[in-house]
Amino acid sequence: MNDMTTPAIERVWPELGGGRVPAWIYSDETLFERELERFHHGRCWSYVGLECEVPTPGSYRRSFVGVKPVLITRDEAGEIHVLENRCSHRGAPVCWRQRGKGKKDLVCPYHEWTFSLSGELQGVPFLRGTRPHPGMPRDFNKAEHGLRRLKSTVRGGVIWASYALDAPDFETYAGPGVLRALDRTFPGRPLRLLGYSRQTIPANWKLYFENSRDPYHATLLHSFFSTFGLYRADAEFDIQPLDNGHETIRSFFASTAADNRSEVTDELKSIKEGFALEDMGVVTPFDEFGDGVISSLQLFPSVMVQQHANTLAIRNILPKSVRETELSWTYYGYADDDEEMHRRRMKQGNLVGPSGYVSLEDSEVLAQLQPVADNYPDSVQVIEMGGREIGPTTTAITETLLRAFYAFYRREMGL
Amino acid sequence: MAAPDRSNAELRAALRDFYEDYAASLDDLRLEDWAEFFTDDALYRVMGRETYDQDLTHSTIYCDGGAMIRDRAAALRRTAVYEPRLMRRFVSGVRVLEDSDDEIQAEANFMISEAMYDRPARLFLAGQYKDCIVRTEAGFRFKARTAVYDNYSIPITLILPV
Repeated sequence: MNDMTTPAIERVWPELGGGRVPAWIYSDETLFERELERFHHGRCWSYVGLECEVPTPGSYRRSFVGVKPVLITRDEAGEIHVLENRCSHRGAPVCWRQRGKGKKDLVCPYHEWTFSLSGELQGVPFLRGTRPHPGMPRDFNKAEHGLRRLKSTVRGGVIWASYALDAPDFETYAGPGVLRALDRTFPGRPLRLLGYSRQTIPANWKLYFENSRDPYHATLLHSFFSTFGLYRADAEFDIQPLDNGHETIRSFFASTAADNRSEVTDELKSIKEGFALEDMGVVTPFDEFGDGVISSLQLFPSVMVQQHANTLAIRNILPKSVRETELSWTYYGYADDDEEMHRRRMKQGNLVGPSGYVSLEDSEVLAQLQPVADNYPDSVQVIEMGGREIGPTTTAITETLLRAFYAFYRREMGL
Repeated sequence: MAAPDRSNAELRAALRDFYEDYAASLDDLRLEDWAEFFTDDALYRVMGRETYDQDLTHSTIYCDGGAMIRDRAAALRRTAVYEPRLMRRFVSGVRVLEDSDDEIQAEANFMISEAMYDRPARLFLAGQYKDCIVRTEAGFRFKARTAVYDNYSIPITLILPV
């Protein structure tokens, strides 16, 4: 049978490959479905939560892998499980509460089918019927009707899950570069959950994914960053495109940078001279890892993990539809943080999030970009800053990570 | 039907005026005036319901002291880049929980509408203020204000204080 839905735009990637991005990738519904199937609901590993969010046996909370709602549970033995929140009977969500503890089992409210915390079907009301009427057929096998279970793993207190039971293990998927960056802030030291901020951005998920691997914009759009020397084009960077769509960015902060003028800073209109804060605690990092580094990493497709000054946060990038993305921020510290460090994290929490001094412009600009992508699907974007090559670099003035991402994306999507 | 609760009626009326003046300062983008509604040792927080209910501390906006409150106002003026918009704050259900000589513990509901210049207004945020108010020579001042929003997720960006 012929495909009746001819796309209005012919899907041909423009010339100059990785240095060009066609706008139709942000609005094509079919492509969106294929991305979810291939990446989020396919063989990739996604972030689902922190171990400290389900601290005790019987704890549970809801989360997402791609667009699919899942449950994180901790069973009686202390094992973590990631299950689809979807009853094997009629598909009703089994758990309606966002989180909780002290659960012995999971009972679907619709027909009270009961599952263990690891997802096995344990009880079906009227399994044998009401005499003389039969119940479920004699050959109904409870073992075949558990909640769908994802492959999951815990590393350094972070819970990851994959829909593919035969996916490569998490460490192989993440690779050494990402693991090194991840282990720096998740060395296995017990975590302290600080809380959540979430925002819904009316933009395709890839626009956010790109934004948070684009250091070029960060030095220009976020003038708060440059003004206080937290992240500036004249700083030293270590930018690494990595396999499987991942990347790491490290920059080395100098506490005196705010006073330094240079040829590079003169180019930045975004530095607001004469603007000082009354409380400099927000922009005064304490070098808690002893390396003078500000770091971020992206583990494709679900997450950016960041350490800006002493703000530690996970940005979970959740596609909701081709034109909508939820950005779910989880903030954490360490269980042994003293009161001073905790206060510092609270204060510096103002830097990022839906009201962040150095992030609020991101959701604003992406909300502006989506309608343009919708209205000009055949337009082509240019990502050539720093050249056309893909590779590591030591400057923030680069789009190498975007080129690396689209080289990966095209290969995976066959585009 | 129970008779209306007239206890604290005068105080509640005065608080309503105070809350409405506060809301007007933000609706009118008089951010420097907004900062004046707080004592110099005030704690101002905007938090999600899920975080608040778990007794966690992260705040979407966190200002510990008048300096941080004034900094928030100044940073919005000097550095923030955002789509121009009109916002209106609606405050109702003012309740006095406790009134001692020193402090008033009070709560109120808020609703905020947001309109971009080329799009109709929509419900942006709804939630509850949890306040500690002191009487000063200049009138009421917030010693602590926590705005707990019920939204699971903030539509796009929370630019202005709540």
